[in-house]
Amino acid sequence: MSHGMSPNLLLVVVIAVLVTTGVYLLLERSLSRVVIGIILVGNGVNLSFLVAGGAAGGAPIVGSTPIDEMSDPLPQAMVLTAIVITLGMTAFLMALAYRSWQLHRHDEVQDDVEDRRIARIAARDEPIFADLDADFLRADLERDAAEARDETGPAAEPSSGTESASGTEPPSGTKSASRTPPEVPR
Amino acid sequence: MSDLGWLVPLPVMLPLTGAGLALALWRHASAQRVISLVVLSLTLVASFALLFAQSGSGPLIVDVGGWSAPVGINLVADRLSSLMLAISSLVVLCVLVYSLAQGVADGDEETPVAIYHPSYLVLAAGIAIAFLSGDLFNLYVGFEVLLAASYVLITLTGTAERIRSGTIYIVVALLSSVIFLFAIGLAYSATGTVNMAQLAQRLPEIDPGISLALQLLLLLAFGIKAAIFPLSAWLPDSYPTAPAPVTAVFAGLLTKVGVYAIIRIQTLLFPDGRADDLLMWAALATMLVGILGAVAQNDIKRLLSFTLVSHIGFMIFGISLSSEAGMAAAIFYVVHHITVQTTLFLVAGLIERRGGTTSLDQLGGLAKIAPLLAVLFFVPAMNLAGIPPFSGFLGKIGLLQAGVAVGTPMTYALVAGGVVTSLLTLYALIKAWNKAFWQTAPAPVEPVHLPRGMVGSAAALAVFGIGLTVVAGPLYAYTERAAHDLRDRAGYIAAVLPDGGRGTGISDRVAPEAAAAVDAAEAVGPVQTVDPAQTVAPANTTGVAP
Repeated sequence: MSHGMSPNLLLVVVIAVLVTTGVYLLLERSLSRVVIGIILVGNGVNLSFLVAGGAAGGAPIVGSTPIDEMSDPLPQAMVLTAIVITLGMTAFLMALAYRSWQLHRHDEVQDDVEDRRIARIAARDEPIFADLDADFLRADLERDAAEARDETGPAAEPSSGTESASGTEPPSGTKSASRTPPEVPR
Repeated sequence: MSDLGWLVPLPVMLPLTGAGLALALWRHASAQRVISLVVLSLTLVASFALLFAQSGSGPLIVDVGGWSAPVGINLVADRLSSLMLAISSLVVLCVLVYSLAQGVADGDEETPVAIYHPSYLVLAAGIAIAFLSGDLFNLYVGFEVLLAASYVLITLTGTAERIRSGTIYIVVALLSSVIFLFAIGLAYSATGTVNMAQLAQRLPEIDPGISLALQLLLLLAFGIKAAIFPLSAWLPDSYPTAPAPVTAVFAGLLTKVGVYAIIRIQTLLFPDGRADDLLMWAALATMLVGILGAVAQNDIKRLLSFTLVSHIGFMIFGISLSSEAGMAAAIFYVVHHITVQTTLFLVAGLIERRGGTTSLDQLGGLAKIAPLLAVLFFVPAMNLAGIPPFSGFLGKIGLLQAGVAVGTPMTYALVAGGVVTSLLTLYALIKAWNKAFWQTAPAPVEPVHLPRGMVGSAAALAVFGIGLTVVAGPLYAYTERAAHDLRDRAGYIAAVLPDGGRGTGISDRVAPEAAAAVDAAEAVGPVQTVDPAQTVAPANTTGVAP
């Protein structure tokens, strides 16, 4: 490096620790932990801008500090922007976690509807597609979404939140109960 | 060129002003509607004016606030940006009309206007910032603006299903933003600038390994946003649950902003094409995995989400060829796909309204009771599948020709993959059309009135999609010129940093006493010369111009 600037080792270590713990928390199921993970990773990345700014120096104000001894103001401006953005996003995520708790009494990040459907079909060892005229329970995704259980939570009743499923008939009891298949053109 | 420069900030300023007004007038729903409509119409006019201002005199540049380019933030409207802006403002306006008609019909249950309109306008502004930004950090800010608005829109009304899917969407998007931010920090450490034109000058001078690492980090961040396999799993799960107009505008535009960013960095910052092989594999996997997912779907919205992922692969295919023909075809394909995918999602919303569901098992017989809807779905579906003479066919044939012209085994594999993907798209969409419109209805549906505004805006976009075929000649010529500009680079850099690396702003007047205080020889030295020794140390005197 031409100016003999090596990055501040302490900052680098702190960044590494923050990002590592943040990533670990991001992999958790609970949204609150994910939020903390996002905060840690975000702060780690914000600190990396301080490293990018190079050596510390005086206030970058013309007239008060000689130009050679100024700190670099640009990364500071950028990191301030980034901090504000992280703050806003964190607030939104926490509101989301609270809403999830309101609805489900937990804040687990739930599985993809599709994944759950495939896992259930695989557990029953059934084909995903049946012929139209086969007397076969045809899973409907939205109904599944309503009745599907998240394996992480306690027994849950079908959530009434899916407004788009309102036009369909309510699920009739257990999964083994065969609904009448739709009429097929012959 | 400078006489039209005042147009450049308009696509950002107008929606942001409108968003502020709409938020202030949150009690007056009708005033909000008028504001949104007027503001987005004006944005459309400004964007098309920018498009027609691209007549060979180089990109339009605005140094925001009069700060000259590498120090201040600049907005750059070159051919690619202007085209993307024009298409996106058209789509945004059509979707707004659709949602207005839906709101009038439904009493704003689905789209509570007090929140919906400000967020929607902020989304439009964020998209415009991302397209116009000439500065990596400003691009990040643009992404955050549009993402913050999208977080609100995707969790609108806070139902259980939307909270579930919104959580995944938001966490993934936040992660990609953090990666992007990290890449910006590293780029600044390595080069001492975040201005894209200056980065283009300095990146070739730093260590190639570091440059490659930066490129891969940026591709990772944008790849998540553009939903490139294997970074695409979040998309089909989160998009379908949002309200129909929101899904439509997300599907049309948000992933394309990611594609735009990839085009920009691949051409301007990293033109040596070291990641091309990686992108080719990603493109092939995206096309095939995406369309196989679509074939397996039984729900129109999810099916369309998978085709969206799949067709992102076509664009990445064009970008990865690193040839002018490939880039031109990719840009044409982006324009085509924005229009068609948005139309299809809008029509899916109409189908849901008419048939009561989007599940293909429970729909049926719609062709008899809603023949117009059948046509409205069929035309963009054929367009997406690439049936001649629609624009999808033209875009795909351009990509295939560009692939064959490069002529390596990998590009032939991509050509074959593209053809297979087109066929499977046709299969999936025809299957969906047959089930929704032709099979006997499982249960009779009560007649529902489809608001004229919803049908009208969807039809307008469908007609525009057909119109792309009519203007395909000039449009393709335009995208070829845009691709030429992109690969040329020198024009962009010279326009942003004329006169030896200084923008057109007036930063020398910012600190007149500084110029007096500082010895002239000392001040001239460290500022904005592009010699390798300087690039290592952040140019920490850039705030003080000689």
